[in-house]
Amino acid sequence: MPAVSKGDGMRGLAVFISDIRNCKSKEAEIKRINKELANIRSKFKGDKALDGYSKKKYVCKLLFIFLLGHDIDFGHMEAVNLLSSNKYTEKQIGYLFISVLVNSNSELIRLINNAIKNDLASRNPTFMCLALHCIANVGSREMAEAFASEIPRILVAGDTMDSVKQSAALCLLRLYKTSPDLVLMGEWTSRVVHLLNDQHMGVVTAAISLITCLSQKNPEEFKTCVSLAVSRLSRIVSSASTDLQDYTYYFVPAPWLSCKLLRLLQCYPPPEDGAVKGRLVECLETILNKAQEPPKSKKVQHSNAKNAILFEAIALIIHYDSEPNLLVRACNQLGQFLQHRETNLRYLALESMCTLASSEFSHEAVKTHIETVISALKTERDVSVRQRAADLLYAMCDRSNAKQIVAEMLSYLETADYSIREEMVLKVAILAEKYAVDYSWYVDTILNLIRIAGDYVSEEVWYRVIQIVINRDDVQGYAAKTVFEALQAPACHENMVKVGGYILGEFGNLIAGDPRSSPLIQFNLLHSKFHLCSVPTRALLLSTYIKFINLFPETKSTIQEVLRCDSQIRNSDVELQQRAVEYLKLSSIASTDVLATVLEEMPPFPERESSILAKLKKKKGPGAVSGSELEEGKRDGGELNGGAERGIDAAATIASNASTPSPSADLLGLRSGAPAGTAAPSASSLLVDVFSEAAPAAPSAVAEENFLRFVCKNNGVLFENQLLQIGVKSEYRQNLGRMYLFYGNKTSVQFLNFSTAVTCPGELQSQLNVQTKPAEPVVEGGAQVQQVLNIECLSDFSEAPLLNIKFRYGGALQNITLKLPITINKFFQPTEMSSQDFFQRWKQLSLPQQEAQKIFKAKNAMDAEVLKAKVESLARRSTPPPGVCGPAGHVPRLRCCSIFTSSALPFDAEMVEEKRDVYWSLVNFTLSYHTCELSSVFDFCSVTLPFLAQRRVTRWSVCAQLAVREPNYTVDSVKRGIAHRTLRGLTPTVFPISSFPRVSEAGCSQTRFPKSKGEFTKYSNPYNSDLR
Amino acid sequence: MQFMLLFSRQGKLRLQKWYVPLSDKEKKKITRELVQTVLARKPKMCSFLEWRDLKIVYKRYASLYFCCAIEDQDNELITLEIIHRYVELLDKYFGSVCELDIIFNFEKAYFILDEFLLGGEAQETSKKNVLKAIEQADLLQENQSEDWGGLAAEEVL
Repeated sequence: MPAVSKGDGMRGLAVFISDIRNCKSKEAEIKRINKELANIRSKFKGDKALDGYSKKKYVCKLLFIFLLGHDIDFGHMEAVNLLSSNKYTEKQIGYLFISVLVNSNSELIRLINNAIKNDLASRNPTFMCLALHCIANVGSREMAEAFASEIPRILVAGDTMDSVKQSAALCLLRLYKTSPDLVLMGEWTSRVVHLLNDQHMGVVTAAISLITCLSQKNPEEFKTCVSLAVSRLSRIVSSASTDLQDYTYYFVPAPWLSCKLLRLLQCYPPPEDGAVKGRLVECLETILNKAQEPPKSKKVQHSNAKNAILFEAIALIIHYDSEPNLLVRACNQLGQFLQHRETNLRYLALESMCTLASSEFSHEAVKTHIETVISALKTERDVSVRQRAADLLYAMCDRSNAKQIVAEMLSYLETADYSIREEMVLKVAILAEKYAVDYSWYVDTILNLIRIAGDYVSEEVWYRVIQIVINRDDVQGYAAKTVFEALQAPACHENMVKVGGYILGEFGNLIAGDPRSSPLIQFNLLHSKFHLCSVPTRALLLSTYIKFINLFPETKSTIQEVLRCDSQIRNSDVELQQRAVEYLKLSSIASTDVLATVLEEMPPFPERESSILAKLKKKKGPGAVSGSELEEGKRDGGELNGGAERGIDAAATIASNASTPSPSADLLGLRSGAPAGTAAPSASSLLVDVFSEAAPAAPSAVAEENFLRFVCKNNGVLFENQLLQIGVKSEYRQNLGRMYLFYGNKTSVQFLNFSTAVTCPGELQSQLNVQTKPAEPVVEGGAQVQQVLNIECLSDFSEAPLLNIKFRYGGALQNITLKLPITINKFFQPTEMSSQDFFQRWKQLSLPQQEAQKIFKAKNAMDAEVLKAKVESLARRSTPPPGVCGPAGHVPRLRCCSIFTSSALPFDAEMVEEKRDVYWSLVNFTLSYHTCELSSVFDFCSVTLPFLAQRRVTRWSVCAQLAVREPNYTVDSVKRGIAHRTLRGLTPTVFPISSFPRVSEAGCSQTRFPKSKGEFTKYSNPYNSDLR
Repeated sequence: MQFMLLFSRQGKLRLQKWYVPLSDKEKKKITRELVQTVLARKPKMCSFLEWRDLKIVYKRYASLYFCCAIEDQDNELITLEIIHRYVELLDKYFGSVCELDIIFNFEKAYFILDEFLLGGEAQETSKKNVLKAIEQADLLQENQSEDWGGLAAEEVL
């Protein structure tokens, strides 16, 4: 080994570095640096041409200054000059400078790229490697544009040196990561995959990183890598520790390569080929066996390398989730690590077990370690390990151990790091709700949470407890009693006051019989906290007081006194003042009847399907949540709020556990800077979305997909879960339609209280009229009931009506909301016209707003017959035969009826070659956009004509143009529309709160009384202004 | 791997290698934050921590901390051994390496790292092969420095 800092060392640089190190103060250092910068600047500007060595030295000094943390704004040109030096060291320093101080100055980039190009073409492997390192270090788009096509060639060329291949592979990987669109593997794919067979282990090590990344994006194209990877892995795993020479690391054969191979396999499902799979299982077993063998070395490097492979193998086993035997072995192995003396291993074992806990095969095995994990939570000295333990407890929780785990977490919370408290609170709240067997336990747990960590209890948590108490009448009395007791504490958290105020306002009467909690005592207790609270809490308490007046008429005078005092009625806060004024007025003017109506108990909150699963599915793609996970959810769910919602929540939680090794951390999305794409936001909305402002919960993604399927068909299965199947049959004629819904009970148990409701949200109310008779309240096990909907289209519409189904199954309330597959195209009608007429009309549509266009990727090859069928299904009725003219025109009774397709296109075989667009024209603007949306459902739009396919054109465009609304046929329908609207405007359903006018008469504004039932049918957020 | 930082016990950054595009400002911020976090940890604590959405793997060798940021699916233990192998390479090249070697020959530290890791992935894990590549480069250097003759001796500081 040559001694360092030999003849080549830059003495000037060394002296400069010593100078800097000898500086006594920051100021002295800056002074020295400025002096040096001035010196270098003058050298660079000087007339005398610098020799290569000086240039190198000064560039190196600049680099050093930059690495000290100072800005460098010159020297780039000199560095670029160095690149074209034929002296290796100068070139090397030039490249280093460029790599560290990238400047996207376009002129320089061009020069740099030129130098790189020359070096790549030099056939000198050392120079080529330097150039490739530079590209990999900079990885800019400009470089990708210049070299993305060149590097694959270098990578697979037969005469490329191994070291160059290695650099080329990873260089390509970097470019692929920054500009995937520019790196096209295409013809190189199979040769790149075969690098897995390369004799040189270094080449395999480098290439596999590239292959893994490419496989993640295009698994289909790279799937041949699976069998190659398995055989490579098998050879390594079964080799003796000395076989691989320098690739053996502390007696472990090729640990990096093994890890990368196992990682690559995680991009794919288990191999289908039995022989390959058998070989892989053998490898995994060998790896697990080796973990039990005595170590070949005492060095930590040996055990780390060995265990790195082991953890990667376990990750693969968890990924496959199909070999119960291996899963249990993995779990036992991790169990051993839980008590290992190495903190690192304990940490990783906890982390890894979190993912194991979500597998149905190993969930029970994980649970057996509960005591160890609890003791880790209590005794680990490292907070990050404790955090892992808490995560694991959360992941292994189910109904059998929920009480124990929640209790442990609560007691940990008292001493937990401030940084993780909020997350812990949410976790406890979620577990308590999810696994509550009796509600008093749930209420106790949440109140404990507020007591222990009130500051960290977010709104969502205490909203949720109120919501549950209101929906469960069996817990209301207990809740009132418990909050009353909790409020006795001299110092109680403001969140406790909020919950207490709300619950006593609703259910204080349930404990008023006890003289120790008489109405006046309750009031005084609450009011004693009033002055310590913030404005929102005080506002809430004022609402509680007016509720008290209704609940306990005997408190009326006391409360009126309070409301009347200056600090209320003249409060500087507008909200408080207004409440005080209005409540006072209300209490003195309104009759007891009005009071009772306005202030009656809150209606139960609608049970809403959590949107978390939908989000999750959207993210992971349909089918990502496996059946077992759903069943898991079903098994555990069904307690508190009705099976459907709970089941979905549970499944979602479990599924999101599976998606990340640190489930709970991400799940709750509290980590600062957690990526937006992870499960975090959706998971944190677990509680939030119940209160979201959105209209009745969005149907899940699956339902959405089902919905779209109905765009061009009228019959089929709309919805199906473990309990219920809903089939649809529908027929349409002009602006009328009839839909038959078939509800099938898939279980052997009765559905009780079965009810359905169809709602037209928002504008749709005036656009579509849907009428139905109530469904049978009982659906026998295995039976099917039918419901008929009569539909009338009054105007064009873009939303779909919602169908809400509620029923009780085994005591749990099920609640399902679906979009009814009624789309505007059902009411379309074709009209015949000549192609001349068609194009005449077409040409009239020249205004910009009359045109909409959508371009999308072709999914299938286009077949004129199929396409025709699709278009016809869109317009629902048969269009004229090919060659004859296309449909267009209007139907007098309905405005939104005309879609016209040009017969010029695909139906006419001769014109197919010339025309690329499918034209259709729509009557109005909203409609066109809507239909544009719908169209993407169609394969019809994702078409490639055979001739286009030949020319490698993979896109197809659909033009939708908007026709001017024609007065002669709209008049009638407008009239009808108006008539309808007028009629509907008079129906009381629009203003269902009959008490409002009376309240208004009493001199109060309507908006102040959010608590009457009617209004809640309009507001989606049950906690509207009063709790906000 | 997203980046690797080497810093001293006093918090001085000795080497930084970024495998993802970030602005200088962001780099400085990350460095400051991480140096603080890692230095605050006690010796027996585990070598891994979660930080933002990344996993940090660090290890201390004498007065120097080696700190890598890896992604969620990356393997912590093997990263720990990447650090160790890099230390071995430095050690072998400099002959029982110390912080000063890295300060005065920072460019060499970068060259060795580039031979070992490229684009954040292990390029060549064989110690022999990496050192062979560096030696070859040094050989080129030596031949050339002979050509320059006395230039190096006469240089003006």
